Amino acid sequence: MSLYYVQKFLFQLNRDEALKVAYDRDREAALDGYDVSDEERVALVAPDIGLLYHLGVNGQILMHFAALHQIEWSDYLQRMRDGLAEHGPVREGVYAVTGYVGVEAHTASLANASNDGTA
Amino acid sequence: MPLVYAGVCSHAPGITGRADQADPVIREQFYAAFGAMGESIRASGAEAIVVIAAEHFANFFMNNMPSFAIGMSDSYDGPIEDPDWLGIRPFVAPGDRDLSERLIREVMKTSDVAYAEEWRFDHGIAVPLHFLTPQFDVPVIPVNINCQGPPLAPLERVWAFGEALRRAADAVPERIAIVGTGGISHWPATPDSGKINEQWDREFLDRWCGNDREALLSYDDATVYADAGQGGFEIRTFLAVSAAAGGAKGMVQFYEPIPIFAVGCTIASYSLG
Ligand SMILES: [Fe+2]
Repeated sequence: MSLYYVQKFLFQLNRDEALKVAYDRDREAALDGYDVSDEERVALVAPDIGLLYHLGVNGQILMHFAALHQIEWSDYLQRMRDGLAEHGPVREGVYAVTGYVGVEAHTASLANASNDGTA
Repeated sequence: MPLVYAGVCSHAPGITGRADQADPVIREQFYAAFGAMGESIRASGAEAIVVIAAEHFANFFMNNMPSFAIGMSDSYDGPIEDPDWLGIRPFVAPGDRDLSERLIREVMKTSDVAYAEEWRFDHGIAVPLHFLTPQFDVPVIPVNINCQGPPLAPLERVWAFGEALRRAADAVPERIAIVGTGGISHWPATPDSGKINEQWDREFLDRWCGNDREALLSYDDATVYADAGQGGFEIRTFLAVSAAAGGAKGMVQFYEPIPIFAVGCTIASYSLG
């Protein structure tokens, strides 16, 4: 796992026009110099939004990568949900560290809490 | 001069980027409240606006992440996002390098802070300015509190930073407004986007208006994450404004959950004595 470099690549891509051009020309080659795993490389090249979310990429970085690929907002959200359904909970990063439990479970826990009057 | 304005507002990118998908009646009420906040700032005679935001990996990244940063430039451009995606045209916002430096030197006396001579505004500042100073005619001093990439500064340090900003604002001859942007409960850019914990938000705003240090600092990140999502970490910007307001009481001018904007849309301010 090299989540740090996956996110660093996406951070640079979001702010660097030259890297956008390079990525557009040759996605594999644009990743040169970023120490990512084969799984991460495949996800970045595809692009596989659901897998990237599962791997732990922060949504604040990922949403711009989706926009770059002309993925519409509701489609972007759905791809992340599909990624969780296919691959399981977020593996690493802020959503994993803080105990992300998934959409349904989280909604249920919020509902329970408010029923208890404790939320 | 003593601080002339202290308030908070939302900054979610959907507010401008997905405007056409919101209920037009509620949207226009929110936009009107945002515009009124701009009027209040103008009426305060503010000569510069310190905007405390929680930027989203636009300028700062985990290779060298400051807990607190202040811009120090005569101008800032934006948005860093795709203009069509954000619904905000490219702009250049005026800064004031000299004023920034004086504020930074004062803040540094009690609070460690990074400074940045380059800063491209993301939605955290661009969305508020779009409503508050649409002509980009008031100098902006951008301030960032890391709310995205843990470890995040403890709330006590955020409070101390807010107090330092207040002391700095009072120490310069210019009339300064402080605006915190972000929050409150939301799950931005995740599969839970659109979820808003209104009850939690209203409880938080009660505490914010009461401006009791202990009540505000009793939040902790684990519970905030569970009840208010990762976006809840952005209460740091609101708390910095509370500290800067120095015990003043607040009022909520607007609060309404707008799921397509992915946040409970908020406009609130303190009555400075
Ligand atoms: Fe934010």
